Amino acid sequence: MTTTTLNHDEAHHHDMPTGWRRWLFSTNHKDIGTLYLLFALTMLFLGGASAMLIRLELFQPGIQLLDPDLYNNLVTNHALIMIFGAVMPAAAGLANWMIPMMIGAPDMALPRMNNLSFWILPAAATMLILSFIVPFFPGGGTQINTGWTLYPPLSVQVGMSMDFLIFAIHLLGISSVLASINIIVTLLNMRAPGMTLMTMPMFCWTWLVTAFLLILVVPVLAGGVTMLLFDRHFGTSFFDAAGGGDPVLFQHLFWFFGHPEVYILLLPSIGVLSHVIPAFSRKPLFGYKSMVGAMLTVATIGMVVWAHHQYTIGMSLGAVTYFMIGTILISIPVGLMIFNFIATMWRGAMTFETPMLFAVAIVLMFTFGGLSGVMLAVVPADMQYHDSMFVVAHFHYVLMPGAVFGLFAGVFYWLPKWTGHMYDETLGKIFFWTNVIGFNITFFPQHFLGLAGMPRRIVDYNMMFTEFNVISSIGAIIFGLSHLLLLYIVIKTIRGGKKAESRAWEGAKGLEWELDSPPAFHTWTVAPQIK
Amino acid sequence: MKFNNNFKRQVNHPMSVTQQLINNQSYKLKTTSLTGILVAGVFFADKCRAEYGINFPPPAADVAQEIYNIHMLTMQITTVLLLIVFGFVFYSLYYHRKSRGFQADQDFHNSWFGNWSWVVVPVMVLGVDLTIAGKADAVLKKVWDVPKAENILDVKVTGHQWWWEFDYLDHGIKVESRYVPEKESGDLYLREVDNRLVLPTGQKIRFLHTSADVLHAFWVPELAVKKDAIPGYVTETWAELNREGVFRGQCAELCGTWHSRMPIVVESVSPQQFATWVDDQKAIKVAAAAEASADKTWSMDELMAKGKTLYDTKCAACHQVTGVGLPPAFPALKGSAMATGSIEAHLEIVIKGKEGTAMQPWGSLNDLEIAAIVTYERNAWDNNTGDVVQPSDVKQAR
Ligand code: HEM
Ligand SMILES: [Cu+2]
Repeated sequence: MTTTTLNHDEAHHHDMPTGWRRWLFSTNHKDIGTLYLLFALTMLFLGGASAMLIRLELFQPGIQLLDPDLYNNLVTNHALIMIFGAVMPAAAGLANWMIPMMIGAPDMALPRMNNLSFWILPAAATMLILSFIVPFFPGGGTQINTGWTLYPPLSVQVGMSMDFLIFAIHLLGISSVLASINIIVTLLNMRAPGMTLMTMPMFCWTWLVTAFLLILVVPVLAGGVTMLLFDRHFGTSFFDAAGGGDPVLFQHLFWFFGHPEVYILLLPSIGVLSHVIPAFSRKPLFGYKSMVGAMLTVATIGMVVWAHHQYTIGMSLGAVTYFMIGTILISIPVGLMIFNFIATMWRGAMTFETPMLFAVAIVLMFTFGGLSGVMLAVVPADMQYHDSMFVVAHFHYVLMPGAVFGLFAGVFYWLPKWTGHMYDETLGKIFFWTNVIGFNITFFPQHFLGLAGMPRRIVDYNMMFTEFNVISSIGAIIFGLSHLLLLYIVIKTIRGGKKAESRAWEGAKGLEWELDSPPAFHTWTVAPQIK
Repeated sequence: MKFNNNFKRQVNHPMSVTQQLINNQSYKLKTTSLTGILVAGVFFADKCRAEYGINFPPPAADVAQEIYNIHMLTMQITTVLLLIVFGFVFYSLYYHRKSRGFQADQDFHNSWFGNWSWVVVPVMVLGVDLTIAGKADAVLKKVWDVPKAENILDVKVTGHQWWWEFDYLDHGIKVESRYVPEKESGDLYLREVDNRLVLPTGQKIRFLHTSADVLHAFWVPELAVKKDAIPGYVTETWAELNREGVFRGQCAELCGTWHSRMPIVVESVSPQQFATWVDDQKAIKVAAAAEASADKTWSMDELMAKGKTLYDTKCAACHQVTGVGLPPAFPALKGSAMATGSIEAHLEIVIKGKEGTAMQPWGSLNDLEIAAIVTYERNAWDNNTGDVVQPSDVKQAR
């Protein structure tokens, strides 16, 4: 892509604000992007801490550290913090930073709303954390021992902490929907002249689809948890069979959101990979059109296969058959995406800097997770896998590579652009290897545990499950601690380091690489002309 | 002895203790290197399963065997696909690197393959998908097609927080099944229950699943049966056992505090042994009913003794053996207003339960049992109200 007008910081109509006002009142996409990323990093450590406690408890049979409700509270909190606090905000942070720079726009289309959608998050996080700690105070009621799926009737039994959680979910939902509207409006209206939908960078495409998914499904979750709130306090019985309601209805509402949600977590990282792999293979993305097509197909089929999380509720044969075939078919577009990545690497001239290492790991490990997904899709067999540790292994193999590693790849890839400094490559590689090895030691053995009969979400287990739990917990310690290195690398890069060129990577393509590293506070105030 | 046999009695049951231990032992991992397990796990899971708990235990029903086969088939297919992907990626990683001087092929995506791969790849994946779906569909039909045979054995499986209730509908027998504390169950802790689900081989069994409170899920891997227990729903599954043995499973759907303490133990016996067992159970039930309805006034000591046994099995999971509960979820009974206040209110909460909490109605216990439990609660742990509640009081309160 070439531009005729290269524009650096010219013609500011207002000065850059300083101090806390710069952040609290920010309408600047780069600052808001930074806020999102810092928020996500904080949450990554909170969610990680709860995961470490979970694995420590499971290190040995018996109940050593956590009483059962606290254990389940941590399980709930871990999932919600990681999904809503870490992965989604981090992806939104990348979107904020990169989309305007990639499409040649001066900022997001709705900068004030952008401010709002970020600043709702700390409030939501406060509610979420309160939902965890309220039970520790006298009169605080019981702990949330339901898991992130919040199934009634158990979630109706929980004390007031559940109400905090419900309001936290409302706030998180509002924040996501506002951010999505902003991204859609920006992508549809603010592309530089000459950049069509079918030539815009793939990261933009993935976010366009993600944003639509969010707007479609988040309100359903909000509705579901609101009905739960009503059942809890206002005498309705949407989910109470004794009052003519249906506990399974909640599951349908939850998974109507929940399954598309996994693609919401996945797609932005697929977007990152679509930049990282071509850059380090020095070769354009293979199959741009089929990538877009695959993504739209995943989003469409993904909206109508939710009940594969509920094979054991006793659906009719027709219904399970439909959900089984629908789910298995998802492997076609997902497989095509992976194929395109491999074909991009094929006959390229690869080098293996940290972002590329993560990208390769994603291609391999995400494939593994997707394939165990195909196993899970098969109803008769899933009647065995369901709610066992096998499922835990599956979704960590798709989510950790598919979402988190993709975000790591993005952070390493764009850090030089954001900070103007190269990160320390050796440390980056050490981080990669400890992280990936730790991850595999943690989650690979969980497949065996599930098959041998260990249910998920149990605080205590029979000694026949000891060996693999020990291995898994040791892996978790390596995996968990490796993130301290990430923190160190990021801080070190922000504070200094080798000066980054505007095109920080030899093979990097796209408008963002034509701006300085770090870019000026306002960029593309005059739109570049794409030929 | 109550109408369900207790744990000690079970030990004398058809399968000997040693046999059970061996059975359990076989899942345990012996000393082998980690890599060995990992490699074995992917490919030879089938062969190694006896030594290492890395795959489903050997099925005990024909349909379970078919499910097992479909599991192995999909695992093998996905393993092959995985190896293909890994093969291409590692080839590329080795040869197509800049450090080897490889020049990027900028026209690769314009080749014939580049133009048509978006058709070729999905068609190939579709082929694999249809193979899997086709095989699965046949098995699925069998799993879902609950037989309507004449001599089918109906067992209603009700999940409770945190125990299982098995009603043999054709025989009028009810079995309450609870986990056995570590002191008594030892190595089988969390895999052993006081009263097992005894089932005959060679007969079609229909399970009817429901729940009395929150969601639970009945899961016994050897039977390849897993079904949610949902309040307000009755769902069906079925099995026909093809060998004798003891098969252990656990509740699979998070059901609150003691989710980990809901094991399920199926004891599969020959039809003759099953018939004997049924007769025993019926006799015990008749005796218990006679005892409860005898127009007898019970002494405090008798009620306290009965009450303690019943309380410790049925109530102590929440309110604790010491009566101090686990507040705020499970209130204390020791010194509580409920257990030392009005007898009517006390009887009412025991019989009817308390909505919106884990306190379930215990009205299905007989008058004598409720009288014993309430008497016990009112006098144990220094509650010392001196109240003696008789079965007749309970009858009145119902
Ligand atoms: C070929 C693609 C995939 C297939 C066929 C597939 C299939 C399934 C199925 C059938 C389940 C339900 C298992 C059960 O509970 O019994 C499941 C669970 C799950 N999958 Fe996937 N999956 C695929 C890809 C993904 C991806 C890409 C993600 C996320 C990035 C993902 C995330 C999850 C999560 C989070 C759960 C568990 C949720 C929970 O129960 O808490 N899966 N998957
Ligand atoms: Cu799903």
